[in-house]
Amino acid sequence: MSRKISDEKYEKTLSFRLKRWFEGTKDPFLDTVEMKPQKEFRETKEEKEQRAKEKQQLLERVYDRNHNKEILLFRKLYRVVSVLFCLCLVTVLLVAVSFLPPLGDADNPVNNEVPARYIESGLQETGAVNIVTGMILDYRAFDTLGESHVLFIATCTVLILLRRDGDKKKKQEEVSDRLHEPKNDVILQTVARVLVPPIIIFGIYVILGGHLGPGGGFSGGAVIGAGLILYLNAFGFKKTERFFTAKTYKVMCFGALGCYCLAKSYSFYTGANHIESVIPLGTPGAIISSGLILILNICVGIVVAGTMYTFYVMFRKGGY
Amino acid sequence: MQLFTYILMGFLIVCAVSVSLSKNLLNSIAIFMSYSLIMSVIWILLESPDLAITEAAVGAGVTSVLFFVTLKKIQAVINEDEKAEEDQTEGKEENGNEQENQ
Repeated sequence: MSRKISDEKYEKTLSFRLKRWFEGTKDPFLDTVEMKPQKEFRETKEEKEQRAKEKQQLLERVYDRNHNKEILLFRKLYRVVSVLFCLCLVTVLLVAVSFLPPLGDADNPVNNEVPARYIESGLQETGAVNIVTGMILDYRAFDTLGESHVLFIATCTVLILLRRDGDKKKKQEEVSDRLHEPKNDVILQTVARVLVPPIIIFGIYVILGGHLGPGGGFSGGAVIGAGLILYLNAFGFKKTERFFTAKTYKVMCFGALGCYCLAKSYSFYTGANHIESVIPLGTPGAIISSGLILILNICVGIVVAGTMYTFYVMFRKGGY
Repeated sequence: MQLFTYILMGFLIVCAVSVSLSKNLLNSIAIFMSYSLIMSVIWILLESPDLAITEAAVGAGVTSVLFFVTLKKIQAVINEDEKAEEDQTEGKEENGNEQENQ
């Protein structure tokens, strides 16, 4: 049986107070606790010395550091035990390593039917000359998709932790940003002017040649990100913000991840239902070959490059 | 080639130990960078150039740069000139406080 109780009675019940607290309509500490605005902590040199001295005295009186035998014994024991512990750990790890099979031996347990399949029919099935890329972006593309998302989530977390709001704080941040560096360093700018284009072109080459030789989306993206960071360090935010802002990053990341998802969903769909894929594998060795791998490489590269650069900007300024 | 690998391994261990023993944070990051560089050469010797490129770009490049920025943010990297400047400004502030008290 439930019956309606009067408002006055209801206000005294626990559920009403819980609801009020949950909704935040009344601050429970307002008018009940005396509140003062926090003062900035400041002390003169003498006060500082006095405090250090008092702390020292307290420690000596309580622990009697020079005469207390237990503490002395504990300290010696602590050092000995820590060294012993390290040695034990190193021995255990070395013994474990000594039982590992030799590198590149034919009888190793890793040499089972899976790598044999990769090596024998990898080129035929994926169209990628570089078997590693074929594995990462075709046989195990689902892993790589998760990897890209992990990177994206990591950036989101950094954004939540390090982002600064408000114009005043941002200005302070920009002032302190330039505090420890020389402005307009001629050597750095000249070197950057010469080095940045080759670095970025090398990154693009590594991404585009991922299915032909060593490289791929992640490494190429990291190279491009490093190039962007060097450019930013040499020329400052004014120049980079002409082409790279928070909006650019969002569009780039979302577009690349969405493109990756679409491309991979297509190949999963066709693969699971035994439908012949429309996308041709092309001749192995040509740039435009190996089906979707090139597109996936470009997507991963874009995400990684943007993420590296955004990490740096967030760490330095807390926002674009 | 075998000898070269062993020399690199020795460098690797020396770097790893000296990172933890170095008192100066800036030095330890520089040593950490060289650790990554040696590691990327070892990756090439182990015939995995993919990893070598990634290690050189991420380990020796981006990670160290992020470490440098963090050190600057927590003001662990301060030049001696700036230290002197800071002492001067502190002295000035103290003088100002004394004047106010008078």
